[in-house]
Amino acid sequence: MSGGSFFQRDRNWHPAAYTPGYKTSVTRSPQKAPISLDNTVSEMTGPVFGHDLIGETDNDLLRNFAHGGEPIGQRIIVHGRVLDETGRGVPGALLEFWQANAGGRYRHKKETYLAPLDPNFGGCGRTLTDADGSYRLRTIKPGAYPWPNGVNDWRPAHIHFSVFGHGFAQRLITQMYFEGDPLIWRCPIVATIPDRAAVERLIAPLDMNNAVPMDSRAYRFDIVLRGRRSTLFENRTEGN
Amino acid sequence: MMAQPLAYLKESPSQTAGPYVHIGCTPNYSGIEGVYAEDLGARMVDAETQGERIRIVGRVFDGVGTALKDALVEIWQADAQGLYPGPSETRGTADPHFSGFGRSPGDMTTGEFVFETIKPGKVPFKDGRPQAPHVTVWIVARGINLGLHTRMYFGDEEAANAADPVLARIEHRARVQTLIAPRTQEGDVPTYRFDIHLQGENETIFFDI
Repeated sequence: MSGGSFFQRDRNWHPAAYTPGYKTSVTRSPQKAPISLDNTVSEMTGPVFGHDLIGETDNDLLRNFAHGGEPIGQRIIVHGRVLDETGRGVPGALLEFWQANAGGRYRHKKETYLAPLDPNFGGCGRTLTDADGSYRLRTIKPGAYPWPNGVNDWRPAHIHFSVFGHGFAQRLITQMYFEGDPLIWRCPIVATIPDRAAVERLIAPLDMNNAVPMDSRAYRFDIVLRGRRSTLFENRTEGN
Repeated sequence: MMAQPLAYLKESPSQTAGPYVHIGCTPNYSGIEGVYAEDLGARMVDAETQGERIRIVGRVFDGVGTALKDALVEIWQADAQGLYPGPSETRGTADPHFSGFGRSPGDMTTGEFVFETIKPGKVPFKDGRPQAPHVTVWIVARGINLGLHTRMYFGDEEAANAADPVLARIEHRARVQTLIAPRTQEGDVPTYRFDIHLQGENETIFFDI
């Protein structure tokens, strides 16, 4: 858990900043190389959140915005573990997630898609990982939705995840996709990731073993954060 | 040549936060009320927080000079004594009335982000030399595939900035000023204006940390 600086990020595994197939990236991508900075205490520390932050229904999107009814859609459980690159679970990691409703409509002032809002579905939730890094949430499966990139581009069904590990250098936002969705391989945002094997890390398999019979299916989604060096042999003489 | 397998996992690849990041990260701001009592990172200080009260404001500009209306900016900083809140701080215990973490969605019409905070103390570099007071900044938005890390330094800390080990290693000296926020007085508290330019002539320095 504690230790030194985080493993270097593999920027050939992550999407590049400039990915013209995703049009908005064209004017929002830095053109100059980032300056490499071995972590100082400013990057090795980060906010850690306590269980007092989390309400009873924060990880249950079937209930946390219910206004006298149940949201319409396919009831699912999403569960998994947050690990670091050494394979150890990351306890106490804050996960925040957000998504569209079953018809692909987001509850947001700037969203204008004609599919209707669901009066019992907000679309946000959060949780903290357990001692072994595991987490669980309950929701409805989001729908695909169209977006103004190409004239006929549709996002695959997805859930956004924001993750806080133990250091600010581990901060990560990503998206979870669903096994078997044919839109995944047509999506310009998915295609910002250069390596097919990396895309596959974001596709959650159907997990019937964790389904609740006559209630909800389940998907398994593990998230990997940057690993961390040991400080055992760090003499702190580097610098310039 | 064969060797033992080196069994590290790969980090989950990043994806853009998208235009609706506020649903998940600042739901009250985006109009989803009643789920959380308040948005995470909305309040960094209380009446008993030690240190000089300041305000950090700014906007995020794209490569054609348009302010982003859909960025989410997060900051992480030390307390007035230079200690970070939380269990990974090994040098002492930070001010219990200071969160160190702020999150601002930016105004929906102007794009301006605002943090009500305190001026941080100095924290050490790896070799023990003091770093100039700074705030770590992380920016996500539609069109940004991997969150961008930068730092904000304080315009009224000229001597400390000149001695800062991170600023000292920046080869293109003309770019250093993109990290330094001038101190102004806008209203009731000292204000540091930190505009971020994602691309182009005045491009902000971003770090691979």
